Amino acid sequence: MHPVRQKRLLWVVAIVLILGAVVGLVMYSLQQNINLFFSPTQIAQGEAPQNTTIRAGGVVVDGSVKRDPETLAVSFDVTDYEYSMTIEYLGILPDLFREGQGIVAQGEMMIDGVFKASQVLAKHDEEYMAPEVSDALKKAESKKVTGAGSAASF
Amino acid sequence: MFPEVGQFSLILSLFFALLLSILPLLGYWKGNRLLLSMAQPLTLIMSLLVLVSFVALSSAFLTDDFSVLYVAQNSNSQLPIWYKFSALWGSHEGSLLLWVLILCGWCTAVALKIRTLPLEIGPVVLAVLGTVCVGFLSFLLFTSSPFVRILPDVPADGGDLNPLLQDFGLIVHPPLLYMGYVGFAVAFAFAVTALITGNLNAAWARWARPWTAASWAFLTLGITLGSWWAYYELGWGGWWFWDPVENASFMPWLAGTALLHSLAVTEKRGVFKSWTVLLAIFTFSLSLLGAFLVRSGVLTSVHSFAADPTRGVFILGLLIVLVGGSLLLYAIRAAQVRSTVSLGLTGREAWLLMNNILLTVLTLTVLLGTLYPLLFDTLGLGKISVGAPYFNSVFTPIALLLIVLMAVGPLSKWHQTPTRLLLKPCGLAAMFSFGLSAVVVYCYEFGGLAFISLAVVFWVVVLSFSDWFSKVSAGTKGIIPRARQLPRNYYGMLLAHLGIAATLVGIVLVSVNSEESMLRLSPGDTAHIAGYEFQFDQMTRVTGPNYVSSKGQFTAYQNGRVVATLFPEKRFFTTRQQVMTEAALDAGLTRDLYVSLGEQIDESAWGVRIYVKSFVRWIWLGGLLMMAGGLLAALDKRYRKRAGA
Repeated sequence: MHPVRQKRLLWVVAIVLILGAVVGLVMYSLQQNINLFFSPTQIAQGEAPQNTTIRAGGVVVDGSVKRDPETLAVSFDVTDYEYSMTIEYLGILPDLFREGQGIVAQGEMMIDGVFKASQVLAKHDEEYMAPEVSDALKKAESKKVTGAGSAASF
Repeated sequence: MFPEVGQFSLILSLFFALLLSILPLLGYWKGNRLLLSMAQPLTLIMSLLVLVSFVALSSAFLTDDFSVLYVAQNSNSQLPIWYKFSALWGSHEGSLLLWVLILCGWCTAVALKIRTLPLEIGPVVLAVLGTVCVGFLSFLLFTSSPFVRILPDVPADGGDLNPLLQDFGLIVHPPLLYMGYVGFAVAFAFAVTALITGNLNAAWARWARPWTAASWAFLTLGITLGSWWAYYELGWGGWWFWDPVENASFMPWLAGTALLHSLAVTEKRGVFKSWTVLLAIFTFSLSLLGAFLVRSGVLTSVHSFAADPTRGVFILGLLIVLVGGSLLLYAIRAAQVRSTVSLGLTGREAWLLMNNILLTVLTLTVLLGTLYPLLFDTLGLGKISVGAPYFNSVFTPIALLLIVLMAVGPLSKWHQTPTRLLLKPCGLAAMFSFGLSAVVVYCYEFGGLAFISLAVVFWVVVLSFSDWFSKVSAGTKGIIPRARQLPRNYYGMLLAHLGIAATLVGIVLVSVNSEESMLRLSPGDTAHIAGYEFQFDQMTRVTGPNYVSSKGQFTAYQNGRVVATLFPEKRFFTTRQQVMTEAALDAGLTRDLYVSLGEQIDESAWGVRIYVKSFVRWIWLGGLLMMAGGLLAALDKRYRKRAGA
C-alpha cells in the first residue's frame, strides 16, 4: 500500500476504534443511569418498578411531615391531588422543602409501597416548579375533569 | 423618566445594529470604502446606546424606582447597595441586558483594534457581530424588556432579590461567565468572515487566536467562580453537579478549548482550516444553546429562570437562524478553503488532532447526557433524568486519556517528531509518576482510580517541567535569558496545563479523602470527624439588614488545640419568606472544614452537616491557573502587530 494511504488508514482505524469504545461506554452508562419519573398516581397504580432507582414527586401534604425523635429520619406524603404516597428519607432536607411545596425525590420503591429516598430536591426559586411535578399535577387535574372512569385507560 | 430613556436608547441601538449588520457587507460586495469605514463608528454608537440603557436600569435599581416592574420584582429598599446593583442581573430580563452590554463590549474592543486587521476584513467581522447584536437586542426588546412600568399602582416596596443571589459570588459570576460565553461570538464572527471573504489563511488564525484565548480565560474564571459559589452557598458542599445549566457553560468551554488548539495548528501549519471554522461556529452555537436551556425552562435544573415558552421559542429561532445560516454558508464555501492534510503520526499536528477528537467527543457526551431527558420526553417515552454517575463514568476515562496526551503534545515537533525525543522523557516520567503515585496510594490507602489519576497528575507536572527545562537549557545563553525569550504563549500553555493537573489533584482527593457526615446535634454535643473534634457551643439569634438569622457556634479541635471557630447560619429572609443556609468554612490549602445547619428538629437539636474536605481549594486554584494561562496567551506580543495586507 502507498505509505500515505497506509498512514491515513491507520488514522481512520484508530478513530473508529476510539469512537466505538466511546459509544459503547455511553450506551452502557446511559442505561445504568436513567431515572424515570413517576407521579403518585402512576405509583398507586403499580406502574413503578421495585429495586430500581427512579424519581417521584408531587406536592408535600400539609401536616404529613413526621420526624424521628432520635435520628435524622423523616417521612412525609406527597400528592398530585389524585393519589398520594409516603416518602422516607434519612438526612437533611433542602431549605426550600416545606409543606405545600413541590418536590422531587430520587430513590427506590420498597415492597410495602413506601418510597425510600436517597435524595430530595426542592428548587431555588419559589415560583419555579419542576416540570415533572407540574406536569403530573396537570395530568391528575385533567383526569378529574374527564371523570375517574378514564383512569383505566391511562 | 430614566426607564423611558433606557427603553428608547435600546430601540435606537437596535436600529444602529441593523445598519451595522447591513452597510459594511454592502460595502464589501460593492467595494465601497465609505460603507466599509462606517462599521467602526456604527459599532461605537450602538454600544454607547446599550450602555446608556444599562445605566438607566442601574439607576432605577439604585434609586428604588419600584414603578419599574423588573425592579419591583427583584429589589427591595432594605437591600444593601451593592446587591441593589447586582440585582440588575438577578433575573432573566436584566441578565439579558447585561449579556447584550457585554456583547457590545466585545464589539467595541474589536472595533478599536480594527487597524490590526486588513481593510476589508475588520468591517465584515463587525457586521457579523452586528447581526448577532440584532438577534439579542430584538430578543430583549420584543420578549423581555426590563423597562416595563407598573403604573399607576406603584408598590410601596419591592419583592426582594432571591436570597441565594445575595452573595459576592453572584455579583461577579454572571458577568464573567457572560464575558466568556459572548466572547466566543468574536471567534464566530471571524469564522463567518473567513467564509464570506474566502480569506482563510495563517494570518486569519493569528487574528482569531487572542480573542478566543481571552474569552476562554473569562469562561474558565466564570465556571470556576460558579463552582466555588455552589460549594459554599448551596449549603451541601458539592462543587459540581452535572446540572443542565452547569453543562450549558461547560460545553462551550470544552469546544472552546478544542478551538484554541486547532487555531494553533491552523496558524502554524495552515492545516485543519475548515475544521477550525466549523469548531468556531460550533463553540458559539453551544453558547447559544446554553442560553436557550437556561432561559426556556425546558430542562429541570437548580438554576432555571422562571419558564416562559415564548422566550424559549425566540431563542430557538435565533439559534436556528444564526447556526443554520452559518452552517449553510459553511456548506457552500468550505470546499474553497479545504487544505490537503498530510499528517505524520508523531508530529505535533497529530497530537493536537487527538486533542480535538477527544474534546469533541467529551462535548458530545455531555451534550447527549444533557439533552437526553428532552429527547426522551419529546418522543413520549416518559420523564427521565440522567444521573451524575452517567457523566462521571463516561467523562472520567476520556478526560484522563486526554490529559495523558496533553502532557506529551508540547514535547513533540511540528510535522514529525524523532521517536527518541518522545520515548526517553515519557519512559522516565511514566516510571517516576507511577512510582510516586503508588507510594501515595499505599500510604493513604486510596483506591485504583485514585492511583491512576494521581499518576496522571505527576505525569503532567514532570513532563511540563522537563519540557520547559529542555527548552531553556538548550543553547549557550544561560537559563534566565532563554527563559525570558520563550513566548508568553508558551508560558500560557504551561500554566493552563499545570492548572489542569492542580484541578485534577483537587477532584481526586476531595472524592477519595474527604469525610462527610450528617448529624443530629444539640448545643453541648461533640462530633469526631477525620481527626477533628467539632463542638457545638451555642445558638444565637442575629438580625441582619433584611433577614433574621439563627447563628450557630462550633469550635473545631485537633489534638486538643483549637483550630477554628465556625459560625454557620440559617437565615430567614422576611420579604420573600425564604430560608437560606450560610455554611461556615475554615479554608485551607490541604483541607476545608465545612459546617452547615440543616433544619431545627426540636427545641434544641439541629440537623448539621460537618465535612472535612481534602484539597478542595485545588479545584479552583487550577481554574485560576488556567485562566491566567489563557490571558497570558491572549497577550502574546505576536498578536499585536498591525496588518500588513
